Amino acid sequence: MLHALGLNSAEELFDSIPADALLREPLKTPAALSEIELLERFESLASRNAAARRPSFLGAGAYSHYAPTIVDSVIQRSEFFTAYTPYQPEISQGTLQAIFEFQTLVCQLTGMDVANASMYDGSTAMAEAVLMAERVTRRSRVLVSDAVHPEYMQVTETYVAHAGIELGRLGVDAETGRTAFDDSALDKTVGAVVVQSPNFFGCVEDLKSLADRAHAAGALLVVVVTESASFGLLRPPGACGADIVAAEGQSLGVPLSFGGPYVGLFATREQYARQMPGRLVGVAYDREGRRGFVLTLATREQHIRREKATSNICTNEGLIALAATIYMTTMGRKGLQEVAAQCAQKAAYARRRIAAVEGFSLPYSAPVFNEFVVRAPLEAAGLLRRLASEHNVNGGLALSRHFPERPNDLLVCVTETNKRSEIDALVAGLREVQGSRFKVQS
Amino acid sequence: MALKATPHITQNEALVFERSQTGRRGYRLPALDVEETPLDELLPADVRREDDLEGVPELSEPDVVRHFTRISTWNYNIDLGLYPLGSCTMKYNSRLNERVARIQGFANLHPLAAEEDSQGALEVMYELQQHLAEITGLPGVSLQPAAGAHGEMTGVMMIRAFLDARDEAGVEEGSQRRRSVMLIPDSAHGTNPASAHLSGFTVKAIRSTNEGLTDLGHLRELCASGDVAGLMLTNPNTCGIFERNIREICRVVHEAGGLVYMDGANMNALVGVARPGDMGVDVIHLNLHKTFSTPHGGGGPGSGPCCSTAELEPFLPVPRVVREGEQFRLDSARPQSVGRVKAFYGNFGMHLRALAYILTHGNTGLREATEAAVLNARFIADSLSDTFDKPFASPPMHEVLFTDKRQSRKGVHTLDIAKRLIDYGFHPMTIYFPLIVQGAMLVEPTESVGRAELQQFVDAMKEIAREAIEDADTVLNAPHTTRIGRLDEAAAARKPVLRWRPAEKTAAA
Repeated sequence: MLHALGLNSAEELFDSIPADALLREPLKTPAALSEIELLERFESLASRNAAARRPSFLGAGAYSHYAPTIVDSVIQRSEFFTAYTPYQPEISQGTLQAIFEFQTLVCQLTGMDVANASMYDGSTAMAEAVLMAERVTRRSRVLVSDAVHPEYMQVTETYVAHAGIELGRLGVDAETGRTAFDDSALDKTVGAVVVQSPNFFGCVEDLKSLADRAHAAGALLVVVVTESASFGLLRPPGACGADIVAAEGQSLGVPLSFGGPYVGLFATREQYARQMPGRLVGVAYDREGRRGFVLTLATREQHIRREKATSNICTNEGLIALAATIYMTTMGRKGLQEVAAQCAQKAAYARRRIAAVEGFSLPYSAPVFNEFVVRAPLEAAGLLRRLASEHNVNGGLALSRHFPERPNDLLVCVTETNKRSEIDALVAGLREVQGSRFKVQS
Repeated sequence: MALKATPHITQNEALVFERSQTGRRGYRLPALDVEETPLDELLPADVRREDDLEGVPELSEPDVVRHFTRISTWNYNIDLGLYPLGSCTMKYNSRLNERVARIQGFANLHPLAAEEDSQGALEVMYELQQHLAEITGLPGVSLQPAAGAHGEMTGVMMIRAFLDARDEAGVEEGSQRRRSVMLIPDSAHGTNPASAHLSGFTVKAIRSTNEGLTDLGHLRELCASGDVAGLMLTNPNTCGIFERNIREICRVVHEAGGLVYMDGANMNALVGVARPGDMGVDVIHLNLHKTFSTPHGGGGPGSGPCCSTAELEPFLPVPRVVREGEQFRLDSARPQSVGRVKAFYGNFGMHLRALAYILTHGNTGLREATEAAVLNARFIADSLSDTFDKPFASPPMHEVLFTDKRQSRKGVHTLDIAKRLIDYGFHPMTIYFPLIVQGAMLVEPTESVGRAELQQFVDAMKEIAREAIEDADTVLNAPHTTRIGRLDEAAAARKPVLRWRPAEKTAAA
């Protein structure tokens, strides 16, 4: 083909690159691996991730849930995973209809009016919600609860650093574990109150009251959800008066995969639809009156509005949104509720058992879904290391990772995938580590 | 009475909500194995759902599989054939990489697991960083951004942080004003100005020359204003042409005190051939879902790593993956960092696939892929330049730009040509982009296509050009072979219907 184009060598293809910008020697990348060698290499790397093989009580923004086999099977169809963004609707109706279904399911779970085609994850969804709240209210202060996931807060700080938005904080009640503040904090400069529910400590917030208080001050209520399995049991933010919901959808059939790819859910009220970030799919008809779906309200988006767009997002998490759609459809109305009920039941069992271990307590009184703080009689990070090495269990997250002033607290998460025997083993492990500590001391 | 046949259901698959039948289910969970707590003790009624998830569908497993399989057949996809979207790099997605990403030791690994228990994953990220540094010639790498636009935002925020640190340290009297202008060629993708705006910059557009290159004179003029923070440049640019003055462009921006950000959307033209770091670029984002073959998935997930000079490295997002002896760990103690741009560490599943792509290609394979991608674009350019207007004379790199100038005289426009291409079995090219060329058609064949299929594409394009003259209506009413025809997008935007609602509620509303 080179000769047909009048070229003598492959080098001539790059004649337009000045010689001093060309690589003079080959890349130091190693020579190609065969399929067998590559798999050996990655299997060997994977074997060094010991945490992936243990029973686990880790949550804090990423959750182990059961995903029916068909979720991963269907998303591996070429038609879905090797397709591009559906810019040509006539040959992208599969993707477009699935996104429309996703948007609807997100609305149903969150209790909101409209949802977009997805954000990168829960943390960036929260950051975009804060930016949107400023656009809607034209108020430049946003108050964020201290019980919002610390990494979500950090991402939001990065996003708003140049947006002229000031982030303030709202405290947490030491007794209930819920967000607590005085209404005097809500002056006329506050555009939004941001809370997470269940919050980072697992406590279910009183969203109705928070919404009323925010609205009384002319501010929006942004509700962050990291554990989407909770939608199957908890009153949806939309029914409590939330204005924007920013959620992580990983719980809906998406593997842990060391933190990504996940999928951000973003939903709001009808009147704010045109202020939303990201892609939206809507119904359209052809000349014969047949129903189809198209990307719509694109005048909000970067490819039309450029620097005046509501967001810079372009590629989102299409395939992961599809996985979540298949998950929600397969589990369905009953399954989503059964998963949520099992999570809550097993967490309640684990709470009772752990609280009965000498020296361990549950510091917060607010209702929880499937995550809760445990106060240990010893340093939590060390306790968790011993649980892993001696009892082969990931016992949870040491809160000292984010709150150095809380060395003895750990966050424990229980889902439908945790068998009773695993919970019992965790409890036995806690008892043993605690007991051996007294032996050493005596 | 004559039998009235209706099309098979595969052509008329309803929404999942419309297919729902009360009582059907497609899952089974183990029975609850702990003593049940009464619901009111578990959670007070005022925080529980009251709607019994009304509207959420109820389907059996075969219902679900058939539903999604049927609608999937309405999609074009790379595995079917050429998908020549310019600046999107729709190359083959290897099944091997999918298998790698699904190894349980990765797929089941929690991001907050202890570092000593996730060494394999950290090593994957570290190794990918090393490869991307070698490929770009830029040693500082963060894999955290989740997509191209996210990487852009990260890159320009790094420029902001670097300039603020430098100008604060320098304290040049009289130059207290923060540098606020980001220069962006008028041919750039819309995410560039949107990302610059999100990072607090004012955008000024640089004109393109009639050769399709950045106008150096205009660049010098804009740089002379003294307020320039940097330049965002795509290279090869979105006209498919290598910016041959790249070193001079970088020099001009650097002399004006600014930095150069490169949009890596078109890196498929350069891997193994030339490196942005050697050209004077300070920071670049890569699209793993373009150049490194991670699947596009119908619009994501992507992955947009940032690669920077050593000078900019302290400003990369945290946490960084670092190596200490034989151990890998996450380092968040980077006081100059722009901060965190995503929870956890980026789209790790995409990191795995991209690393697998690099390792299975090796150094020679990476270069060969680049050569084939450029060669294929060159073939299309040569074969179609007699038929379609090619606004710029230079030979293209990995993508070639045409316009509808000749066909539009007959009333046939780019959109019509694109829709007619569907009837010939091809996905259309990128259309109406870049914006600087009227009726743009940007064709990027990638390396994943052979000559026979390229020739079929060329033949189809020539046939459409002939039809535009002899049978314009056929083109204007295309596509004719799809399940549905052209959709009324204007009406859809005027009265948006963005979700399904039960019929009776629609009637009541």
